[in-house]
Amino acid sequence: MLTCIRHTLTALAIGATLFASNAFAVDITGAGSTFVQPIITKWSATYAEKAGSHINYGGGGSGAGIAQIKAATVDFGASDKPLTTEELSAAGLGQFPIVIGGVVPVVNVEGIKAGDLKLTGALLGDIYLGKVKKWNDPAIASANAGAKLPDLAIQVVSRSDGSGTTFNFTNYLSKVNADWKSKVGEGTSVQWPAGVGGKGNAGVAAYVQQINGAIGYVELAYALQNKMAFTKMENAAGKTVSPNLASFAAAASHADWKSAKDFNLVMTNAPGDESWPITATAFALVYKTPKDAAKSKELLSFFKWAYTEGGKQAEALDYVPLPKELATQIESYWKAEIKL
Amino acid sequence: MSANATAITLSQVDEQRARADARADAVFRLVVRGAGLFVLAALAGVALTTLWGGSEALSTFGFGFLTSTEWDTVGHKFGALAPIYGTLVTAAIALIIAVPVSFGIAMYLTELAPAWLRTPVSAAIELLAGIPSIIYGMWGLFVFVPIMGRNIIPWLNEHVGDIWIIGPLFRGPPLGLGMLTAGIVLAIMVIPFISSVMREVFLTVPTRLKESAYALGSTTLEVVWDVVLPYTRTAVIGGIFLGLGRALGETMAVTFVLGNVHRLSLSLLEPGNSIAATIANEFAEADSEIFRSSLIALAFLLFVVTFIVLAAAKLMLMQLAKRQGTT
Repeated sequence: MLTCIRHTLTALAIGATLFASNAFAVDITGAGSTFVQPIITKWSATYAEKAGSHINYGGGGSGAGIAQIKAATVDFGASDKPLTTEELSAAGLGQFPIVIGGVVPVVNVEGIKAGDLKLTGALLGDIYLGKVKKWNDPAIASANAGAKLPDLAIQVVSRSDGSGTTFNFTNYLSKVNADWKSKVGEGTSVQWPAGVGGKGNAGVAAYVQQINGAIGYVELAYALQNKMAFTKMENAAGKTVSPNLASFAAAASHADWKSAKDFNLVMTNAPGDESWPITATAFALVYKTPKDAAKSKELLSFFKWAYTEGGKQAEALDYVPLPKELATQIESYWKAEIKL
Repeated sequence: MSANATAITLSQVDEQRARADARADAVFRLVVRGAGLFVLAALAGVALTTLWGGSEALSTFGFGFLTSTEWDTVGHKFGALAPIYGTLVTAAIALIIAVPVSFGIAMYLTELAPAWLRTPVSAAIELLAGIPSIIYGMWGLFVFVPIMGRNIIPWLNEHVGDIWIIGPLFRGPPLGLGMLTAGIVLAIMVIPFISSVMREVFLTVPTRLKESAYALGSTTLEVVWDVVLPYTRTAVIGGIFLGLGRALGETMAVTFVLGNVHRLSLSLLEPGNSIAATIANEFAEADSEIFRSSLIALAFLLFVVTFIVLAAAKLMLMQLAKRQGTT
């Protein structure tokens, strides 16, 4: 009995010392977009070593992230789709982008290698609408003079689960294809007019690889890891661009953030000669008047660290760090909007 | 005197023991009744919570929820026909394949296989039953789907696709994914369940019954068909419905190979959707109340579908028993 008490006391003492030495470290929880989950997890591991604070990010999807931050069961949420200023002020939330990524079309057509094929937004929309049915369709052929296109049916692959990838992809198609906008629209999941649906980026990648004549859309990392044949795209400026970190960064810096209140902006179809047209971000959602100011302070310093020091890790995972001006704009947004 | 005292104490002990026994028995009865009622409570709980959660969708769309194939997540219009159809069709394909194969396995193991082979094969079946469904799904997607797409579907298109009536079922694009593929993967998943139940019950048939039949000159097939099966009919059908229940509710494996689209198509080679796969795919990002409610209503419908199927099976069994009685 005595030894037992002594053990407990020792444990308490050790606990107290640990607590004292980590007085500024806090545990922060977040949930939402799976698009940013790999990079937040990576950042948080490094940040924990440096600052001692743990950022526990749960994923679960944007819908879950928005619901959980509104219920205040987490310290921050992350959504692929920006909330409007009205939605934000109704819930007392502030919003800012986290990191940049991109969605790329991938194809499985014999003889077509990565970068061989070029698509326009309108054409991509027509393919996903089921209007362009064959790879040797005149519409594809005229955009790709000289390419050898087989007489093969196009098999459209989409995401069966709701996702930010789908949101950005359908948002882009709605901007560049009027028919798409009126018939299908945009959302984390939509009613696909044609094709099959795979679960997750990995599911889409697997379906495209298994089905002869398939076209799908995945995040860049999946296209590169699986060595898939991604296509080039014609962007808003009419220039042909390849999907890579440089063209994602170009889109992020050309997007009109300055006039986007609460950063309510979807970057697809961004202006600029080098901009990749289906560039995406995810948005962090935080309380403007947080209950626990210490936690929020630490959360913001985590993001600040990520913007300034987390770039290398982001690029290693095929994300692009935010442009400097954007990061500066976010910091002044914090100062103006978030009461600490 | 001492003998008398012993008798008293003995009877007291007896009485005490009897009382303790009665108490233990009462407790036991209570515990067992609790276990029994727990099943009912869980069942009612699931039914009521899914009905409550899905009530918004059911009241908004009414009966149309059952008859519409629309699944418009942007326009908030939902109908459950495509997933219900996909669930029933894939489960039916699974049973059409799994029941004869399981019957063959069980018959071989109990009647024909040499003794040294019985234990390893039985163990293998039980191991198959323990494989997580996602493994079957991955096998389906990475191994079986290419075989379907490259070999089986083109063959079906060419040789079966033109046959009268059943032709349209087997005409479709060589995707490899689709309801037939899902049905076959499901069949492989439920075979261990059905065949191990069948094997167990075939073993309970008294040897003298079988030997009498053999003595009368029956062939092995006749013995199995006319003696073993009638003797074990109830349990065999029970085993089949265990497999059916699993096929109806299977999620991960089906999601991998079904194609996950809300479209109704006659062809078994086209992609479709199932109730469980739809819920698994879409619940996390169901961003509106009505969307989430529709998914929960789907869960309720799966519950109803399973209940109807099991009730039909019970009725069929009773009908069979009645006919058995009259002949």
